[in-house]
Amino acid sequence: MSRQLIEVNSADLKMTLNHMKKEGYDYFSFMTAVDLKNSFLLFYRLVNVRDGSWVIIKTEVEKENPVIESAVDLFKGADWHEREVYDLFGIRFEGHPNLKRILLYEGFEGHPLRKDWTSNDVEKRPEDFV
Amino acid sequence: MGVKDSKPGLLQPIIYLTRLDRLFKWGRKNSNWPLPWGLACCAIEMMATFASRYDLDRFGILGGFPSPRQSDTIIVAGTVTKKMAPVIKRLYEQMPEPKYVIAMGNCAVSGGIYYYDSYSVVKGVDKIIPVDIYIPGCPPRPEALVDAFLKLQKRIEEENL
Repeated sequence: MSRQLIEVNSADLKMTLNHMKKEGYDYFSFMTAVDLKNSFLLFYRLVNVRDGSWVIIKTEVEKENPVIESAVDLFKGADWHEREVYDLFGIRFEGHPNLKRILLYEGFEGHPLRKDWTSNDVEKRPEDFV
Repeated sequence: MGVKDSKPGLLQPIIYLTRLDRLFKWGRKNSNWPLPWGLACCAIEMMATFASRYDLDRFGILGGFPSPRQSDTIIVAGTVTKKMAPVIKRLYEQMPEPKYVIAMGNCAVSGGIYYYDSYSVVKGVDKIIPVDIYIPGCPPRPEALVDAFLKLQKRIEEENL
């Protein structure tokens, strides 16, 4: 059983996922994103269900116009994960069959887990409690 | 077996005299069917209240009857999100009059721990529907929900028809 962290360029992500799938990591456990203010980090976790070993593939996309290739044609389970990341971070996945909001309601403006997102509906914490 | 053969006591033919509004209120008070809105961890306490240890049935409160058209009271138990808000409003409007609302837990009362820095939570269910009884707590114990129903029964008894 092995545990690995692989960092790749965003252009090579699809190729890496395809390779790891052929290596036996055929279960798409989850994916998520982190806002680093100047860029976004994306994490993909793949699991080999036969021996329990897993691999995390980490990649970075730019803040302005964040686009990355969709993994849905490789892993069906990536569908809703990518929609969630699109919903909350606004990262677009090229080739996704149904890229629309999954958690927030229709008509929500912006992507709330971005660090620079603000709204008048959000009650700001008073300075004393920060 | 007719009335003639029955034992003395309640089964004896007795005439009770009361006012009609008191009779209605007595019936309403003791057949208060809730529409359970389990939205978060408060729902677990609500289910415990319906179950045999606390047994809301003894007050005429029939637990777990999820139809707005035959319900009298909404128990909003948990965090109300902005996505859920229109659904709560619609089901409240489908309920027949008279209808009552219990806001159970800090989230339903005011937004609770989601009051600050939240993009998705309604800051209290009273922004959508009128609330009769507020129960604070995170989550409140089943005794608190029983107490809320007793307060609601008192309120029904005292209101004007």
